[in-house]
Amino acid sequence: MALLQISEPGMSAAPHQHKLAVGIDLGTTNSLVATVRSGMSTVLQDEHGHALLPSVVRYLSSNEVIVGHDAQAQQSIDPVNTIVSVKRFMGRSLKDIADRAHIPYKFVDVSTEHDSRMLQIDTRAGLKSPVEISAEILKALKVRAEKALGGELTGAVITVPAYFDDAQRQATKDAARLAGLHVLRLLNEPTSAAVAYGLDNAAEGIYVIYDLGGGTFDISILRLSKGVFEVLATNGDSALGGDDFDHRIYCWVLDKVREDAKSFTPLNEEDTRLLLTKARQAKEWLTDNFEAQITCKLSNGAFVDVTLSAPQFVELTQTLVIKTLAPTRKAMRDAGLALADIKGVVLVGGATRMPHIRHAVQEFFGQEPLTNLDPDKVVVLGAAIQANVLAGNRSDDDLLLLDVTPLSLGLETMGGLVEKVIPRNSTLPVARAQDFTTFKDGQTAMSIHVLQGERELVSDCRSLAKFELRGIPPMAAGAARIRVTFQVDADGLLSVSAREQTSGIEAHIVVKPSYGLTEDEITHMLQSSFGAAEADKQARALREAIVDAEQLIEAVSVALTKDGDSLLSNEEKQTILANIETLKSLCHTKDCHAIHQATETLNHATEAFAARRMDASVKSALAGKNVENLEL
Amino acid sequence: MWVRRKLYSVSQSYFDFFRLPAQYDIDLALLDNAYRSIQAEVHPDKFVTASPAERLKSMQIATLANEAYQTLKHPTSRARYLLHLNGVETQEESNTAMPTDFLITQMEWREAIEEAENAKDVTALDQQLMMMKKTAKSLQQVLATTLSNTETLPEAAKIVRKLSFIDKVSTDVGNIIARLED
Repeated sequence: MALLQISEPGMSAAPHQHKLAVGIDLGTTNSLVATVRSGMSTVLQDEHGHALLPSVVRYLSSNEVIVGHDAQAQQSIDPVNTIVSVKRFMGRSLKDIADRAHIPYKFVDVSTEHDSRMLQIDTRAGLKSPVEISAEILKALKVRAEKALGGELTGAVITVPAYFDDAQRQATKDAARLAGLHVLRLLNEPTSAAVAYGLDNAAEGIYVIYDLGGGTFDISILRLSKGVFEVLATNGDSALGGDDFDHRIYCWVLDKVREDAKSFTPLNEEDTRLLLTKARQAKEWLTDNFEAQITCKLSNGAFVDVTLSAPQFVELTQTLVIKTLAPTRKAMRDAGLALADIKGVVLVGGATRMPHIRHAVQEFFGQEPLTNLDPDKVVVLGAAIQANVLAGNRSDDDLLLLDVTPLSLGLETMGGLVEKVIPRNSTLPVARAQDFTTFKDGQTAMSIHVLQGERELVSDCRSLAKFELRGIPPMAAGAARIRVTFQVDADGLLSVSAREQTSGIEAHIVVKPSYGLTEDEITHMLQSSFGAAEADKQARALREAIVDAEQLIEAVSVALTKDGDSLLSNEEKQTILANIETLKSLCHTKDCHAIHQATETLNHATEAFAARRMDASVKSALAGKNVENLEL
Repeated sequence: MWVRRKLYSVSQSYFDFFRLPAQYDIDLALLDNAYRSIQAEVHPDKFVTASPAERLKSMQIATLANEAYQTLKHPTSRARYLLHLNGVETQEESNTAMPTDFLITQMEWREAIEEAENAKDVTALDQQLMMMKKTAKSLQQVLATTLSNTETLPEAAKIVRKLSFIDKVSTDVGNIIARLED
């Protein structure tokens, strides 16, 4: 068939060529990248054989950055310019960071009185947002993957804590974009772990994923059945993790030192970082040993030499362990399940190696938790499997992930109250619309304030965005019909639109402004990272336009081959084919604008075809499956 | 002031969408199967590399499948939806008139909940939830018959309003328990 002629030189790849897709676990403490090779999900290592990349970024100068082990080794000598645990700051303003007195960075608050903004960190390379710092980690992983796989990546699945809110998810997606990665999907970490565990063990039934990472805690309850991973409920704490255990040890050591020393000078940044590192090492040591010795020399010449026993450590951190059980109880309640319904509890995240965590989980669920997969790697292994499926490498479609929104989404109403529009634990994608009206005669504008969280008061929820619907025709109070629609996509990202029904006045935003970076900021960062030369910018824009065009041509061609004859009239098919030809010939030119327009035209020309294909899919999904069982 | 609206309109009913008979008593296992079969075809994960037009359509149909599934899965919303298909709106926001005996029960529940909340007694709240669940179950049992006869539809609407009230109080109790356990 003529359609197959698209695989000409310089054009899109042959339809069945293996796509290079990876899963990335962008962790608080460590990050990993994995891919599916010869049917096996495999973690990719660096040239020294390390699988874990410490999530540490050190700015050496304005244009020199090191990431990973080397940066980690230098964190005590250059704490101000060496950023660890940046994930804790993603999508957060300065006032969200509780323990910043103990964090040795020069934070810069860019919030205004009415507008909370993501914090920034002043380094010797200038002001850096958590998004840019995370992008450095992602770039390092991208380089590692492309070296190992020998080619450019088609796309990546990036994992995020299930309890991440919209601002944190958006920040993660922006970081990937800055790193030059095409995000196939943001995937919740516990769901990703469930995929790896479930497929590895052919698990069926209801499973709990208890995921305590370096800085975040998630609990997800899933029903696993014949390749379907259905999240029933999720809960967590996006500011609770292994780091907090380190911090408790650190504070304990400080108290000890203060007791012993007659005169105690406050720690400088180097000492703070050094003691935190020692605290982390002591925590890890106590997993297999009864006591840990913490010794070091501070910069003022004072020696620290204290011994922490395992029971002391448990006592210091038991409240943190208990803090994980409240979300666990809530998730069980939301899922409407009893403990007896749980088939297994999978432990994920390095922090679950701590014996008292395991003990607490075992006590809560009345069964020994499952630990047969490496808690550091299980998340990234699942992400690689999903990336492989999403990129289209796996043809047997037996993997389906049905995930949920972790937090309720709502709107501000009269009196500073939140009206929930989409409740937590709604299966994605989800959309809801609500109508409301003006309360004053002649009111022509309405401000819409979008919030996320479970509490009733606006001040207790996270403000995601504020926008205004203007131009409402003056009417009597209560006469206008304003429909506000929330749509949460499969990445868990929200877009909101508002429409006055009688006049058709419309406002639409992808929720972003309050905490995220603006489109201008991202464009600026992208340009400064790729060299600001005008010629470079144009070459890059052209390359992006051609890639978009090629992807669309391939997608439409695949659809035409499959359903073109059955769902389109000959005339309709010829129209689409003509549009493909136009776009193909434009791809050989350098006219970026024309390529964009022709891409848009081709997409538009296939809208009816897309709708028919989807209807046919729904019909064929049920044909021959349930029909014989129906009592019609 | 607030009215919840359906999003993507379909020419067919949710029952037709899943090829289920439009009645209150449905086989939930069949509903589960039909829902999963449809999501396996239309979920956005299946269209990551497709054209923007198909990605948008996929999100819309997957959203619709979720809405339809949730509506039919839960007894109260299934009954409300059946009434809606039969031209009877339950008007839960505006019509809050309840029979005296149910009003008395309501007040007793509210008092018991308040007492348990003040005493921080989660066990008592759990028992209250169980009791309301039992009341809901017995109301649901008469729904199938009242919904199958045109003359008794107004009666079914009354039952749905009661169930809706129980659902709301149950959610409130769940939130109180969550607060107490924090």
